[in-house]
Amino acid sequence: MPKKPHPTPNLDQLQGGPWPSFVTGLKHLADRSEMMSDLVGQLEHSYQTKKGYWKGGTVSVFGYGGGIIPRFSEVSDQFPESREFHTLRVMPPAGMHYTTEVLRQLAEIWDRHGSGLVAFHGQSGDIMFQGCRSENIQPAFDEFNELGFDLGGAGPSVRTSMSCVGSARCEHSCFNEAHAHRQVLNNFTDDLHRPALPYKFKFKFSGCPNDCMNSIQRADMAVIGTWRDDIQIKQEEVAEFIRAKGRGYVVDNVITRCPSRCMRLDDDDTLSIDNKNCVRCMHCINVMTKALSPGKDRGVTVLVGGKRTLKIGDLFGSVIVPFMPLASDDDHEKLIDLASEIIDFWAENGLEHERCGEMIERIGLSNFLEGIGMEVDPAMVSQPRTNSFVRTDLWDEEAEKWQERQSG
Amino acid sequence: MSEEQRSPIESGVPDPFQYMHPIMRRNFGAWSWHDRPRPGVLHHVAETGEEIWTVRAGTCRQLDTDTLRKLCQIGDDFGDGHVRFTIRSNIEFMVGESAKVDPLIEKLEMEGFPVGGTGNSVSTVAHTQGWLHCDIPASDASGLVKSLMYELYDEFVSERMPNRVRLSTSCCQINCGGQADIAINIQHTKPPKINHDLVANVCERPSVVARCPVAAIRPALVNGRPSLEVDERKCICCGACYPPCPPMQINDPENSKLAIWVGGKNSNARSKPSYQKLVVAGIPNNPPRWPEAVQAVRKILNCYREDAHEWERMGEWIDRIGWSRFFSMTGFPFTRFHVDNWRAHRHGLNTSTHIRF
Repeated sequence: MPKKPHPTPNLDQLQGGPWPSFVTGLKHLADRSEMMSDLVGQLEHSYQTKKGYWKGGTVSVFGYGGGIIPRFSEVSDQFPESREFHTLRVMPPAGMHYTTEVLRQLAEIWDRHGSGLVAFHGQSGDIMFQGCRSENIQPAFDEFNELGFDLGGAGPSVRTSMSCVGSARCEHSCFNEAHAHRQVLNNFTDDLHRPALPYKFKFKFSGCPNDCMNSIQRADMAVIGTWRDDIQIKQEEVAEFIRAKGRGYVVDNVITRCPSRCMRLDDDDTLSIDNKNCVRCMHCINVMTKALSPGKDRGVTVLVGGKRTLKIGDLFGSVIVPFMPLASDDDHEKLIDLASEIIDFWAENGLEHERCGEMIERIGLSNFLEGIGMEVDPAMVSQPRTNSFVRTDLWDEEAEKWQERQSG
Repeated sequence: MSEEQRSPIESGVPDPFQYMHPIMRRNFGAWSWHDRPRPGVLHHVAETGEEIWTVRAGTCRQLDTDTLRKLCQIGDDFGDGHVRFTIRSNIEFMVGESAKVDPLIEKLEMEGFPVGGTGNSVSTVAHTQGWLHCDIPASDASGLVKSLMYELYDEFVSERMPNRVRLSTSCCQINCGGQADIAINIQHTKPPKINHDLVANVCERPSVVARCPVAAIRPALVNGRPSLEVDERKCICCGACYPPCPPMQINDPENSKLAIWVGGKNSNARSKPSYQKLVVAGIPNNPPRWPEAVQAVRKILNCYREDAHEWERMGEWIDRIGWSRFFSMTGFPFTRFHVDNWRAHRHGLNTSTHIRF
């Protein structure tokens, strides 16, 4: 049906080989759609000139402000059929679980309204339906929406979130990630769909300190599973592990790799742990999956302020809640309240295009905590201040607060 | 607004339980342990003794719907009809019987989906959109990843690295790809080229001025029209001004280079999470196969694989052997640009006599 395909000498070099080729997929779509044929033509043009040719714009669906990434071609005179090539960001189910049936339904809707090109998933965690004309955006969204899917975030808004597979399949999980993810995000759908914040705000939920969702790095608010009591040890499995791997392996790869040196292999091949000094890093549990597991008094640590380079340089999130339980409805309410406090304070005090972590860098963590009604805790710092340039005439009052908290 | 317009159902994040494999639903929150019978396969055992096998396969992230349907067909014929995706765009097929694992793997491999990406492998490269769909890229994402995977395929399907290796790429300095053991990112080397005829109409000038990390942009009248000018002595060529002001073109076919960063780590296992550090810059942005970037990544991986101890991530290995040794092993030059001069840069200096000779 389409006109003669554009020659693609550059893209052709990305076909073949053992790794799946996106070019093969694009060309397959180009065989059945003029839009995709011109898209392939424009991409080849980019490869030849080493320049990009998309510009943004404004496209939305009725009732929302965000969720669509508009793309208009700057070279539509050469590639007219792909002159509009917008993306719909659609939020996946928490943990990215699908049946083949629902994937086929999504594909069928997308073939009727869009290009047939889709990414599982974008870096924020959206399903990205790439390549839609302006007039097809609304009908495509309507059908996805009727199927139970909703648009993700774009622009200065709460963004689509991610949670790990967690409790669904992982023995390390310390809370119900999917539930927390949905409770929190679905409380902020207004801030997600109607961008009106200083900049983007991302939540991520990882079930344990392995942080498979990269939340400390990438999330304005990271919720990471942890535990307060002792690591659970099955000594018979420790013995079995030593029989299989050898004592030297356990010493080299478990005992001496403990960051707080809190483990000991005793003469009878039992493992003992000084749990007061365990920092919950997960390493020993990762190595000895049968013998060791997180404790039973589980909950989450919350860190705030993670983001990538722009504008002041990379920031990791830092601790603002060392531990909170996250099991009951009340616990989840508390997490949502905390998130609301943070977003409200940042919406009020953040500068335009200033991420939450950058605001904290500007005003100091203590002022931020005061703003959201929280107290300082030694678990929030890697060390106390090292310079004396600070005014401490309110020392006695602050010390009193600490004493009160300790006795309370 | 016309009355016929449909209001959205603001349903938010879909409930995953309706799509989840029944064994995962049944044993939700009650898993006991896991192991990896072979690269690409996870075996989880629940407290009840019930078991589930996960077969992980690489995808190219950007899928056409027919490839998606092919994956669904494999899931129906050889799996249990339930799949999930990982954060790195790998697809996972869950099955309740070990007998299904080998035929599933065989089918996936026959259809061109490599099985791997578990444990101490090089998993799929986290990446962005690039020339395919982004409005600000200096490079392509999918193409660079495909080029890397020609070279790294064997590392995806095996588990022979000292620990897991996570790669990312980014097509501008915003770095959507994120922290990684090895990150291959665009690094611009020249200030933006400004089309002064367009600035006044296209750009909200105060926002653009505020966006610059080094205060190098100021309002100016150019040829009698309001525009912006850049103090090129101050400019760090980061490209932050380009998204809010497209007439400040930062992308340059020759001068937008690639830089490689190593030692980023997200996990809290053993050491705290760490930022990635600059290793080499000035690599040509050389489509369609980016051979210089691919070879530099290979070189770093070879040194890591040979020299790191078991369980050491890239950054932990370098912490142990020191940067002098890292640069001598890899053969990359150490330059003045490696010495940080951004905020709090003294944290990157060696304020001790701890030196390896």
